[in-house]
Amino acid sequence: MNELRVLVIDDELGMRLGAERVLSGLTIDLPDVGEQVRFLVAQAESGEEGLEKIAAAVPDLVLLDHKLPGMSGLDVLDRLTAEKRDVLTIMITAYASLETAISATKRGAYDFLAKPFTPAELKAAVRKAAHHVMLQRQARRLAEEKRQVRFQFISVLAHELKAPLAAIEGYLRIIKDRSAGNDQAAYDQMLDRSLIRLEGMRKLIVDLLDLTRIESGQKQRDLKDLDVREVARTSIETLLPSARERNIAVRLHADAPAVLSADRGEIEIILNNLVSNAVKYNRNGGQVDVTVRADEQSVTLEVRDTGIGMSREDLERLFQDFVRIKNEKTRNILGSGLGLSTLKKLATLYGGEVSVTSEPDVGSTFTVVLRKRPDGQKDVHATRDDHRMAEGN
Amino acid sequence: MTRTKHTILVADDDEDFVAMTKILLEAQGYEVLVAGGQKEAEKLLAARSVSLAIVDLMMEHEDGGFALCYHIKKRDPAIPVILVTGVTSETGLEFDAATDEERKWVKADVMLAKPVRAEQMRREITRLLAGKE
Repeated sequence: MNELRVLVIDDELGMRLGAERVLSGLTIDLPDVGEQVRFLVAQAESGEEGLEKIAAAVPDLVLLDHKLPGMSGLDVLDRLTAEKRDVLTIMITAYASLETAISATKRGAYDFLAKPFTPAELKAAVRKAAHHVMLQRQARRLAEEKRQVRFQFISVLAHELKAPLAAIEGYLRIIKDRSAGNDQAAYDQMLDRSLIRLEGMRKLIVDLLDLTRIESGQKQRDLKDLDVREVARTSIETLLPSARERNIAVRLHADAPAVLSADRGEIEIILNNLVSNAVKYNRNGGQVDVTVRADEQSVTLEVRDTGIGMSREDLERLFQDFVRIKNEKTRNILGSGLGLSTLKKLATLYGGEVSVTSEPDVGSTFTVVLRKRPDGQKDVHATRDDHRMAEGN
Repeated sequence: MTRTKHTILVADDDEDFVAMTKILLEAQGYEVLVAGGQKEAEKLLAARSVSLAIVDLMMEHEDGGFALCYHIKKRDPAIPVILVTGVTSETGLEFDAATDEERKWVKADVMLAKPVRAEQMRREITRLLAGKE
């Protein structure tokens, strides 16, 4: 239940009491914004007193009489505008004077109400204003949430960039001070580690650029009919060297063409992410099976590995930015923690879904469904919590 | 009489911190055992005796380091423990093991904030091992 603060500014006692009586017992349901509103009413008998009360505690809504003894309703309105008060004003005019109404609206009033009015008319005007206030509040809350998410993202990013720098700096200092004595092998080892950390940092920056391009929506999408099988072949070829090094077999299962109107770059990012994860988190001598299937509505990519797998708790956090599953098994595996969150955002562009099933020490299967005709562009600026997961199926 | 070589346990999930510390300490003539997490460290401790332990506060589980310190001290209160942490610089959370009061709940002899300077680490280890054979 929300409480809106209403201030009635009118020199007529009857008007003030009447408005208070109507509003203080009133509850308005706003189903389309999913809110309920009640009112807390205060009164002022002149413009001057009204402004004082507003300065002390800004109400959400002001019912403002046009004709007041000292400063007029329009004067009050001007002051509110000049002071940039965040308050909606409903102007009450003595006659249904169009001129006053227009003048008031021009000067910042939200609405007007002609005297005499019935309680029903008052309720309707207040309802409209309450709706507006609640929408504003929701928009503000959403903007704040977005700001928070962005802030969190940036602070984690800063940490992720600082960590490799700190490590490299540490190694360089030891090398500079010759702190390891004359042991040349130790220095070589530190140089190797520094290069590995640099490589990780570069990967993070590349992934970050992918992600920001998608999130800002500024990248020109080049949609063409393409056979996803071909992209899968290219992805597998690119990753074959690192798979061979660890004796991992990568196989493609795709019997029929799987044509989709898509941006090749985007599909490449999706497949590269999936296949490289399947190799990275596999065991030596393991296996990766990439399946591409198509039906009338969609193209489905499935990548199954025989790797370390994940626990249920890990699965729940998997698609969030910078989340990396940290345990003894993943300690030596490099990653930015952005791959899967990027993949998920991309799948959304195709009205798609990403799901994963996994069993520790047995393997994981990632499934991405891309719709051939995404039903309207879904919101790409997905927040980090709205990931959809098909767990345990 | 030969001087026995001190064995130092380094437990941290930050691979680079472990690598650096190992290199530095070995260059100073210590034997170094490394563990990438609390469980691995406990396993090592069950099999080997150590003269000193360097433990990172945040491992796998958020307070893995605390638990490990506690277990080391429970096994042998005489083993000096250096608790290292990046917590202060990352979260602004501040605590220390400088007073007896603090050492009652932080089971460590010294707390060092990351990045730890090589010289500082060397000094603390020498101090804590002084008089131990």
